Amino acid sequence: MNPLHPLSLHVNGVAVQAQVEPRQHLADFLREQVGLTGTHLGCEYGVCGACTVRVDGRIVRACLMLAIQAQGCEVQTIEGLDAQGHYKDLQQAFVARNALQCGFCTPGMVMCASALLEQGGCPSRSDIRAHISGNYCRCTGYEAIVDAIEVTARTRAATTKA
Amino acid sequence: MKPTAFDYLCPRTLDEALHALASHGSDATVLAGGQSLMPMLSFRMLEPGFLVDINRIPGLDSIELDGGTLRIGTLARHAQVMAHPLVAQHLPLLAQAMPHIAHAAIRERGSLGGSLCLADPAAELPACMLALDARLHLRSHQGTREVAAADFFQGLYQTALAPGELLTEVRIPVPEAGSAMVFDEFSRRHGDYAMAGLAAWSHPASQRSRLVFLGCGDRPTRAVRAEALLNARDGMPSYAELRQAIDADLHPEADLQAQPDTKRHLATVLLQRAWPHL
Repeated sequence: MNPLHPLSLHVNGVAVQAQVEPRQHLADFLREQVGLTGTHLGCEYGVCGACTVRVDGRIVRACLMLAIQAQGCEVQTIEGLDAQGHYKDLQQAFVARNALQCGFCTPGMVMCASALLEQGGCPSRSDIRAHISGNYCRCTGYEAIVDAIEVTARTRAATTKA
Repeated sequence: MKPTAFDYLCPRTLDEALHALASHGSDATVLAGGQSLMPMLSFRMLEPGFLVDINRIPGLDSIELDGGTLRIGTLARHAQVMAHPLVAQHLPLLAQAMPHIAHAAIRERGSLGGSLCLADPAAELPACMLALDARLHLRSHQGTREVAAADFFQGLYQTALAPGELLTEVRIPVPEAGSAMVFDEFSRRHGDYAMAGLAAWSHPASQRSRLVFLGCGDRPTRAVRAEALLNARDGMPSYAELRQAIDADLHPEADLQAQPDTKRHLATVLLQRAWPHL
């Protein structure tokens, strides 16, 4: 067996130290070693987007990055988004608009949408669709998800203006 | 599936990386953005003994203007290139191509060098490099060489990169004033690999052009007869005339996306759409 590598990083603001096998990807590390199972693992080859997290602020596929590559990084998962409450409006819009059914894609959708909302302004529906095009939802047909993101962006833009 | 076990090396300098590649030979694989490599590891299509992660080497992601040449580091991320003012100003072709590459989260990590070294025939960036006459800077423990894009792509996932070599930088001559550039493609869904795509450059005043198609061969392919038609500047040809040139220029194989005849049709339509802008 290959030697374990020491890894230290921050997950949702909390310092984490661990020993990892180089081949372990970030999604497995978050789920199995850190115990944060909100990051879902769908396809495990970068197609479905369910494992989307943020690393140093950027959205990434946690199955397409080795855990060891997150050395020294700040990783944010859906659990961290909850704790901060900065996206409570987006999460409430998902609930209000029924933008989820089984919920498997939801953490990835919300993480992905959070990056779009941070750019500010009112993205068009086609901008929103392009932005979430890498995240699969097999239940909703996307309309409700696009609605939820759109209404959040609009409400935020109106609040900023006022 | 999970990747097979490998040793992980994370060099902090280019020399360290080249030394690691030299000492482990074909047992070492370079990890750049990882957006194609990671799935290949998960599918166990690749089972390297050593992964050499170049992400911590400073300076490999720079984008700078050097006289009449735009130099882009191998680790420049797609999102970074897409948003860079020098790219927007001098190489709008690249800026136009970027949104077609996969999805937002993939573009945050995927790198220029990684895409070029993978040499997927349906990928956008290899075709852009050919259209823009890019030169690829390859380094190894023994030295440095430069390879023209036209010589770098040698077939399906085949490049001129030798074992122990690392693509460190791409040097693209800034197109002369009055150049026109168009990138367009057909894919089944946004972010999917193209059924057919076109990276085009032209300089109407001097009657020169480059029409490079992707997804229409085992590598990015120049359509020289279509270029001759464009260079003649004799009005807009009919579909039949363009199709005749495309049929002679492109010899695509069927893939999961489309049959050869469909690909040649789509290539012709791309050309028709681009024509007025070239």
